[in-house]
Amino acid sequence: MRIRLSIRETRGEFVKRVEEISGQEILACNQCGKCSAGCPAAMAMDLLPSQVIRLVQLGLEEALTSETIWLCASCLTCLSRCPKGVDLPRIMEALRQLVLRKEGDRLELSALPVDFLSEAPQLAIVAGSRKYLS
Amino acid sequence: MRHLYFPGCTLSTKAKGFAASGEASARALGIDLVELSQWNCCGATFPLAMDNLLALVAPTRILLNAQKEGDHLVALCSICYHVLKRTNRLLREEADKREKINLFIEEEYRGEVRVFHLLGLLRDEIGFETLSQRVQKRFQGLKVAPYYGCLLLRPFQEIGLDDPEEPRILDDFLASLGCEVVEFSHKTECCGSYLTMNSSEVTRELSHAILRSALASGAQAVVTSCPLCQFNLDYRQGEMAAHYPGFAQIPVLYFTQLLGIALGIESDTFGLADHHVDPRPLLREV
Amino acid sequence: MVIGGGISGIQAALDIANSGYEVVLVERLPSIGGHMAQLSETFPTLDCSQCILTPRTVEVGHHEKIKLVTYSEVEEVRSQGDDLRVKVRRKPAYVDWERCTGCGLCQEKCPWRVTSDFERGIGERKVIYTLSPQAVPNKPVIDREHCVYFQKGGKCGACAKFCPVEAIDFQQKEEIWEEQVGAIVVATGYDLYPMERLSEYDGGHHPDVIDSLQFERLLSASGPTAGEIRRPSDGAVPKEVVFVQCAGSRDPERGVAYCSQICCMYTAKQALLYKHKVHEGQAYVFYIDIRAGGKGYEEFVQRAMEEERVLYLRGKVSKIFPQNSKVMVWGADTLSGKRVEIAADLVILATAILPSQGAWDLKEKLGIKIDESGFYEEAHPQVRPIESGVPGIYLAGAGQGPKDIPEAVAQGSAAAAKVLALFASEV
Ligand SMILES: Cc1cc2nc3c(=O)[nH]c(=O)nc-3n(C[C@H](O)[C@H](O)[C@H](O)COP(=O)(O)OP(=O)(O)OC[C@H]3O[C@@H](n4cnc5c(N)ncnc54)[C@H](O)[C@@H]3O)c2cc1C
Ligand code: SF4
Ligand code: SF4
Ligand code: SF4
Ligand code: SF4
Repeated sequence: MRIRLSIRETRGEFVKRVEEISGQEILACNQCGKCSAGCPAAMAMDLLPSQVIRLVQLGLEEALTSETIWLCASCLTCLSRCPKGVDLPRIMEALRQLVLRKEGDRLELSALPVDFLSEAPQLAIVAGSRKYLS
Repeated sequence: MRHLYFPGCTLSTKAKGFAASGEASARALGIDLVELSQWNCCGATFPLAMDNLLALVAPTRILLNAQKEGDHLVALCSICYHVLKRTNRLLREEADKREKINLFIEEEYRGEVRVFHLLGLLRDEIGFETLSQRVQKRFQGLKVAPYYGCLLLRPFQEIGLDDPEEPRILDDFLASLGCEVVEFSHKTECCGSYLTMNSSEVTRELSHAILRSALASGAQAVVTSCPLCQFNLDYRQGEMAAHYPGFAQIPVLYFTQLLGIALGIESDTFGLADHHVDPRPLLREV
Repeated sequence: MVIGGGISGIQAALDIANSGYEVVLVERLPSIGGHMAQLSETFPTLDCSQCILTPRTVEVGHHEKIKLVTYSEVEEVRSQGDDLRVKVRRKPAYVDWERCTGCGLCQEKCPWRVTSDFERGIGERKVIYTLSPQAVPNKPVIDREHCVYFQKGGKCGACAKFCPVEAIDFQQKEEIWEEQVGAIVVATGYDLYPMERLSEYDGGHHPDVIDSLQFERLLSASGPTAGEIRRPSDGAVPKEVVFVQCAGSRDPERGVAYCSQICCMYTAKQALLYKHKVHEGQAYVFYIDIRAGGKGYEEFVQRAMEEERVLYLRGKVSKIFPQNSKVMVWGADTLSGKRVEIAADLVILATAILPSQGAWDLKEKLGIKIDESGFYEEAHPQVRPIESGVPGIYLAGAGQGPKDIPEAVAQGSAAAAKVLALFASEV
């Protein structure tokens, strides 16, 4: 597949919003891949974290449909090793927020097993709600 | 010495043993943890979206309450510590955000309170050497894996407790209790954190990788300072055993539980029976 | 005066001396040659480094116009009219070099071995030592800190017993004297970024995670393994070897912001030489970009890939840690979109080039400037790259910025031309 790039994408609203919400210069990322190399959750991701950033750099909203953004655990491993100081966890958060704000919740607490809910620490539930509920 | 103390939601409910062991141990060492008279949940996540200032209100209130009662605040839970420490830095250093948040809370708070983790106090105020001399029961020969996780250490620029790649604080703490501290590759890898809420398999995998690495290094127990890590590493061992035949279960303890026992404190209130993998047989052994 | 006896300083000294002027060459170490003396073979021609270096060091050693002062450093510089008065301090070698014939008996007889800096900690030397058998000057020095005679109050003294010309002088003192010169060429070269600061890359703990100069020593026929590739931990021949480029370079957050310029090329060289020595082995190279802009350089890298089947993986390594008897490397291959883990037998970090230690100190003494990367600042980066901005003081070699041998030599010659032009204008 060939994607068509033009100023509409590369300087478009999507890139601007991600940069605003994340507070990051998206083009500071030089695609070195160090984040992906160390990301603990990458084993379950459909795109590597650095590929998600790349899509945003190109202005392609398909970054929003990647499972990767929901599998990022905000563990900050990538941030602490990124040679360019790119706060990738904030970019992931921005992408999640763009989806949540438009499409609503990603988690149904009532659907979780009772046993699990009764065992899980409060902060798991609070954190999960913060991350997956709009 | 009197120290203001923020237990947080989890330590007041599901992780009472963490709180009880921490409070009792601190007291035995002359650290009088005085609970904040008024507190709320910290939010359990530091908000990463720049436009989500609202989520900073909760931790700001905690810090503000602390300021009314003292000049610093101690946490035991890694996540509470992380959230309070980062929020506090932001309020101190980012004037525009501070102004907006102060408008929300209708009070003035400028990040003056100093935020500590109990481990930091043990290292910097008591000193591990002194601590070692106070130990009554040494865990001679107990092989433990110090598991730091993510939020206690990262981001270093904001937390500054220890080197995020080669941390020592938990290692040195455990050594001062007489434990044999094992080196293992996954001490700062992520346990899955809140993915536990909707990606249980991923969480199981991440936690399993940590335990596998600890077990391969000969550890008999894993030690943490985070209730979410403790949960993921402990609770999910049932699934691990089902998924990985031959997986040997391993107790996951809070650092304060070992501390309390080492100081000779009665461990009835330490919640040892609440763990999924019962640590008591191992503790009796040593 | 030329400060720094690496290839760049050597070139400057020879060019000036061959034009009929007197040169004082000041070198901190006991002998000259700089880092080139540690290298095995050199890209892109694979000439043996010692073989192309030695004729030059020997020429310096014999040159009647060159006063070679090694084991010495510049203490103080004052300008006096058109001249510069330079105080030089020479450390005591505890050997009278006037008498010493360089026979080497003392080194042979000295019973004590310590790890050698020249071998970058993976080889040994005696307590009385020269840097290498080809050293110029080929005169030994005693490492006082490790010498039993000094540390245990007069015990040992084996070297003194065996020296046929009674050159050992335990009473020798440091010397300070002044030289008057018309110009100075600063050619103090580089150091490597310390592995201890790369904590995610195991921080220099594991013996089988080594830096690129250590690997040069493993490749060198004169090195601790006589040129056989054996890993430091157990002496086994490594079957899978991982090279990690940009280790500390291009990392404005925690390392250095600049590209170290030579590591792409020497990594290709090292991987290729590894394959020459271990035919059945596999070499992997993690890289971000390959910078091979010199003459014949791209062809050289292609040769490593195609003919030697070195596998290049495009992505930066995130973490290195020991696992059983191997070293685990977590990297990425962004071209395939995969995370990669390799259980390696040996890992070589292409650590960043830093200006040599002491550059700050010299900067103060000479009144020259240092740029934000820590290298000597030129008067103008485009059109005056050799001048320091201070009249009579010129820059050459890797102290001015990372560079390879041909560039260091070219800049040495350029600095010499500047000095000669200055002298010509003063006549
Ligand atoms: C692993 C590796 C492999 C390499 N392989 C190649 C290759 O194959 N081909 C190639 O072209 N290049 C290669 N290089 C690059 C090569 O080493 C340099 O280009 C060259 O050594 C630069 O020479 P120099 O004289 O500028 O500096 P140096 O070689 O660093 O010499 C500087 C000299 O100055 C002395 N000195 C320092 N400070 C003082 C002081 N204050 N007072 C007195 N003396 C001082 C030092 O002791 C040293 O002798 C390689 C580099 C590395 C790290
Ligand atoms: S580590 Fe940083 S610079 Fe490298 S690809 Fe990831 S975000 Fe980009
Ligand atoms: S913060 Fe997210 S993207 Fe970064 S390493 Fe952790 S899980 Fe991966
Ligand atoms: S034995 Fe004497 S002459 Fe021979 S190298 Fe040693 S000091 Fe020089
Ligand atoms: S020369 Fe190559 S390996 Fe070295 S810093 Fe530059 S890009 Fe990285």
